[in-house]
Amino acid sequence: MADSTILEMRGITKTFPGVVALADVTLEVARGGVHAICGENGAGKSTLMKVLSGVYPHGSYDGDILFEGEPCSFRTIRDSEARGIVIIHQELALSPYLSIAENIFLGNEQATRGIVSWTRTNAEAAKLLARVGLDESPDTKIVDLGVGKQQLVEIAKALSKEVKLLILDEPTAALNDEDSEHLLGLIRTLRAEGITSIIISHKLNEIAAIADRTTVIRDGRTIETLDMHGAEPVSEEHIIRAMVGRSLDHRFPERSAEIGAEALRIEDWTVHHPLQHERVVVDRANLNVRRGEVVGIAGLMGAGRTELAMSVFGRSYGSSITGRVLKDGTEVHLHSVRHAIRHGIAYATEDRKKYGLNLLSDIKRNITASALGKVSQWGVVDQSGEARVAGRFRTDMNIKAPTVDVVTGTLSGGNQQKVVLSKWVFTDADVLILDEPTRGIDVGAKYEIYTIINRLAEAGKAVIVISSELPELIGLCDRIYALSQGRITGEVTRAEATQETLMQYMTMEKEAAR
Amino acid sequence: MSTTSVTTGPTTSPLAAVRKSLGGDVRQYGIIGALLVIVVLFQVLTDGKILLPNNVASLVQQNAYVMILAIGMVMVIVAGHIDLSVGSVVAFVGGVVALLMKDAGAPWLLAVVLGIALGAVVGAWQGFWVAYVGIPAFIVTLAGMLVFRGFSIVLVGITVASLPAPFVAISNGSVPALLGFMANRDVVTLTLGAVTIVALVLGQLRARRELVKHELRRDPLGAFVGKLVVFSALIGALTWILAGSKGGTPWVLVLLGVLILVYSFVMGRTVFGRHIYAIGGNLNAAILSGVNTRKVNFLIFVNIGALAGVAAIVTTSRAGAAVAAAGQNYELDAIAACFIGGTAVTGGIGRVSGAIVGALIMGVLNMGLSIMAVSTEWQQAIKGFVLLLAVAFDLLNKRRAPGR
Repeated sequence: MADSTILEMRGITKTFPGVVALADVTLEVARGGVHAICGENGAGKSTLMKVLSGVYPHGSYDGDILFEGEPCSFRTIRDSEARGIVIIHQELALSPYLSIAENIFLGNEQATRGIVSWTRTNAEAAKLLARVGLDESPDTKIVDLGVGKQQLVEIAKALSKEVKLLILDEPTAALNDEDSEHLLGLIRTLRAEGITSIIISHKLNEIAAIADRTTVIRDGRTIETLDMHGAEPVSEEHIIRAMVGRSLDHRFPERSAEIGAEALRIEDWTVHHPLQHERVVVDRANLNVRRGEVVGIAGLMGAGRTELAMSVFGRSYGSSITGRVLKDGTEVHLHSVRHAIRHGIAYATEDRKKYGLNLLSDIKRNITASALGKVSQWGVVDQSGEARVAGRFRTDMNIKAPTVDVVTGTLSGGNQQKVVLSKWVFTDADVLILDEPTRGIDVGAKYEIYTIINRLAEAGKAVIVISSELPELIGLCDRIYALSQGRITGEVTRAEATQETLMQYMTMEKEAAR
Repeated sequence: MSTTSVTTGPTTSPLAAVRKSLGGDVRQYGIIGALLVIVVLFQVLTDGKILLPNNVASLVQQNAYVMILAIGMVMVIVAGHIDLSVGSVVAFVGGVVALLMKDAGAPWLLAVVLGIALGAVVGAWQGFWVAYVGIPAFIVTLAGMLVFRGFSIVLVGITVASLPAPFVAISNGSVPALLGFMANRDVVTLTLGAVTIVALVLGQLRARRELVKHELRRDPLGAFVGKLVVFSALIGALTWILAGSKGGTPWVLVLLGVLILVYSFVMGRTVFGRHIYAIGGNLNAAILSGVNTRKVNFLIFVNIGALAGVAAIVTTSRAGAAVAAAGQNYELDAIAACFIGGTAVTGGIGRVSGAIVGALIMGVLNMGLSIMAVSTEWQQAIKGFVLLLAVAFDLLNKRRAPGR
């Protein structure tokens, strides 16, 4: 038995301050197979792989890792790579202006006494490229390659390290069908050569096509491991049920908002990738939200939720955007963030540290940042008025800080989020798009955020909530749109919404949706 | 196995106590303390020469250009840019101003106004490339450094000398002693000093009332009073010394006072200033908050261009002539002043007052070392070490107190 098992992870528990990311996870991977791992956003898949590859060093988690029967205590990625475990992340880690060959041997240069032998580098690279079926010259620069080919270079790089266990995180998320097909074919070839693969994927048809075994993770726990070649075929419904059986133990405050006139309507909204202009990120989306209504957008990683929201919010994302935006029934052209704010639209980002707050600055200055005109005259800020406004929000939103001149960088995630919400409420927006408003926030603060959202709806605001947590959407929203690969694949009311139906829409493939 | 979380609660070490009584703003007072230490050090080393009235007056007159440029530079650096061209712009504008008076026969006041306007135009040129084309400021102003140095050599040749007396008086003259003398001290200077102290006390009291009213963080009463007393005493002492100098209050000191007041207000109280901090603190967040980042960046460069024009007038007036090689290394002096004064290298943090104190530290070093007859080569090396130490101190200080 031990010989047929290449990797065993036992009782892996990993906690971050206030959050248990992994709780007693067990994973057993058979030698020479393809093992799929699936789960919702935030289920703990990536954390588990980071534990395995040494990104989180030994000692920062509990539990044991046995690779080829031997216990492992990796302190860095180099340690795990030395044992033949290579992880390929969703965001590829190639140096764009170096050649394929240089990238493959980066950190592992083909050198004698510090002098690089370019002949050997290129010759070895050519051999590896042949193995992965990439028909490019080794001296081609990475920038000149498409994403699919870049992925193959990553795999070639892994092969150069004598990989035994290859981990691919969402490898086909950014690929077109042809490239995906080639990649899956390559994984099969590698399997025939005896290389074991772990593949993290949302695409259930893909898992069905390639995986020998599938482990479902939910809320940081192993739910089950399915044998894909068993007597009884594993249905997609089965996997979906396992993925979404998330506990509904969050409580949600009651809301008594009156749903009024339509506040925002988006018609035939199509957005292309800002750099790869031919790639469609949002595909003819239609949605609307009314005053007093809370509308949810569900979608897995890469479905285009944030991209949809940001492209509407003053074209902050994307290129060649087409479609119409109607505010209160009349068409508006939101060419810049300033236009969007002026038309009463607000967007609170999913990444508050990177895009939401000036962490060097204090609470009051962050709150007034988007509507400084309201507390200033002739270009001079009325500091007294500003302090008054900020003080009011501190009380209303229950921002836990002794004063409003505390630097936001020192606040907890929940309090930072309340500052972000205060900032957008202060702009007097009618439509608030809240992207992952409770990400990285503890349970108590989540409840407070839900209460704030309800109060906004009761005050006649239209609220759009983007969230990865299905129970949250179901508990909070009047209606929920499901987004898959840039398309709106379904719309359900609160009454009909279940995690299973939503997940079915969210995993719907392009063909099926057409 | 499990990592214990670092407690971030209030600590009770003596250092923390000092920190607390200083209102948590150690950096700002630390740098003023450093300035005082350096002054006292030179006072001892030069047998009291550094604080002689005439030396203090010429300290101000000789270093006015650094302070003027540092005001503009601190805004540029807070926004996350840099300006390497100011030295060349000083030479270029100085040359044009001198030629306007000498060859075109323009009245000196007109030449001054045109000089500042020309500086603003140069700034607009560079601002256009930075803000609207998106070329990094380092490149744009490096190009500007070469371009405007070239222009100034073409225009000026070597020197344009014998400029009108009123123009030369800008940097060499003083406010006339209209009110006579008291105990051999210029009464105008004493009055200005007294007014400054009264304004400082009233302004601080008013600001404190606001803080109390809105329950914002403020110093304990004792520390507040102590600080007011110390600062008033410092201004008083400086006034007393200056009043005994040959001319009393130099005109450039008045100019500097006005500039410091105006720009502290711009950075601290206006929407424009707020946007500069927002851009430097988190560019993405500023864009997503609807800040017109291009316009702000453009105006920052127009502004430093205009201030370089002012510095050009002060420099040319001080020398009594336009020199093609004027302004050499001025950009580095201004940048160093900002960093010594606590401006963050990555932008987002920095104050006008800090940059001024930074410039004063450099100025005192210059003067003290000159009085001690240290050669200019060594002066440069010493200033380099001071810059490095100041920033290193800053970094270590931040590392020791995570999250401030």
